Amino acid sequence: MSLITIAGGERLSRSASIAPPPFRLIGRHLRPLAVPIALLAIWELLAHAGVADPRFLPSLEAVVARGVAEFSRSGLGVNLLASLKRDLIGFVCGSVAGIGLGLAIGFSRLIERLLGPVLLVHRQIALFAWVPLISMWFGGGEAGKVVFIALAAFQPTLINTWQGVSGIPRSYRELADVLTFGWFDFARIIAIPGALPQIFTGLHSALIYAWTATVGAELLLNIAPGIGGRMNEGQQLFHMDLLLLCVLLLGGVGVIFNVIAGAVEHRFLRWRIR
Amino acid sequence: MSGPVAISAKGRGKSHALEITDVSKKFSVAGRQVQALSHIHLAVDEGEFVSIVGSSGCGKSTLLRLVLGLDTDYDGDIRVDGHRVERPGLDRSIVFQEHRLLPWLNVEANVAAALRQSGLSAAERGELVRDHLHLVGLDQFAKAHPAQLSGGMAQRVAIARALVTKPRFLLLDEPLGALDALTRLRLQDELQRIVRHEGTTAVLVTHDVDEAVYLGDRIVIMHPHPGRIATVLPVTAAVSRDRSDPNFIRLRDEVLSWLGVSRTGNDAGAELARRSA
Repeated sequence: MSLITIAGGERLSRSASIAPPPFRLIGRHLRPLAVPIALLAIWELLAHAGVADPRFLPSLEAVVARGVAEFSRSGLGVNLLASLKRDLIGFVCGSVAGIGLGLAIGFSRLIERLLGPVLLVHRQIALFAWVPLISMWFGGGEAGKVVFIALAAFQPTLINTWQGVSGIPRSYRELADVLTFGWFDFARIIAIPGALPQIFTGLHSALIYAWTATVGAELLLNIAPGIGGRMNEGQQLFHMDLLLLCVLLLGGVGVIFNVIAGAVEHRFLRWRIR
Repeated sequence: MSGPVAISAKGRGKSHALEITDVSKKFSVAGRQVQALSHIHLAVDEGEFVSIVGSSGCGKSTLLRLVLGLDTDYDGDIRVDGHRVERPGLDRSIVFQEHRLLPWLNVEANVAAALRQSGLSAAERGELVRDHLHLVGLDQFAKAHPAQLSGGMAQRVAIARALVTKPRFLLLDEPLGALDALTRLRLQDELQRIVRHEGTTAVLVTHDVDEAVYLGDRIVIMHPHPGRIATVLPVTAAVSRDRSDPNFIRLRDEVLSWLGVSRTGNDAGAELARRSA
């Protein structure tokens, strides 16, 4: 980021007399937003030009009005919080289990040999294939939903932690031997910090997977307070503005998760950047 | 095994500090047996600096691994103070060709990592780390991360990490091999000063003949296929650690001829002299 600014600044001073570079500078910062803005513009155009049936594609301002109404009477807000709470519980349970098991497999040849094949098969099973099984075992209520979300977070954290630990270079294992490290020191000083970039990659994916699974669980399992529940409502009652609002909200939350994960990663892996 | 920091006095004078007796080592490479080391005999005395030179594949690094105790599957006997080496210990430390610093720890923590198993208090460890960073001239860089250091600085940190446990043996596996020529010369002087200061017994594996002559009290010359000791040359006091001294050059040439490097330059010079006579 700072590099881009510096480069831009240099260009600014060199070509100041030739062209109006501030425009270019602004353009550079707005570039990532260009496509979303264009899509919104096309949406507006379609909604107003009478090309699309407004019952199926309400205008942007109708969706925004719905959003204002929903949040002012704390309707969708409560549902959003319910979804986030469910998501967070599932994410924490799943990723703690995934990291724990990933470390165990990464450290122990025996555990790797015992569980490795099973987990590789488990990886081949699509996440949503678990829905019927989970609803039979844990019910379609809160427990079933959280289990499903946890499962979604479990897979990427497990695989990444496992790969991270087993990817520790031989030379570092040798160093641990020379320094007469025991199991604990090896884990604390070498293996876990060494695997941390991969573990973060896993957590990052888990955050997104868990959020996807949250909506999936809310749509596929019993109806309960949550974004998915409101989407069901939107579909049943033909409230397209509500449905679109929920989709935008899901995307927005996903983007926020991404930013948070990136910032946390940056903070913890500073040694890589320096 | 005695404590890492206390220097054991037993057996000093009587037996050698390090005794390698009739050591042979085989590797199995792609189903074929390869003789890496064949009947190695070498005794190193307390405080001595032994250089081992040889072309690649002569088993010199393998020998260091055996002394470290990283590999105990060999024939023969390796003894430290009369005790057979069975596992790595803090009495023997190593500097590898690559610094092998942990990139997520700062300089201080990298050096302190070697003291994890020392049983010392945090205060004692802190003092040892400070002393050794001072010894390698990196006091100012205690909080820096490895990625911020030059190759030479990183290797100094590795040297500090190897010495912070006050080991009896410092094993050096081509420690300056990856550095540029100028840094290497500078670090050779530094290594000599540090090893003298600490009074550590050192075994240096290198393929730089100048380095072997400059640093060693004795030079062990190894030949490959199978890895064996060709000869051991003493570095006499006459070789005054001056790289341009005639005695230094003579010894260096002798080592080179043992390694099978023909001294074409000298021969050509002699030929020229004969013709003009």
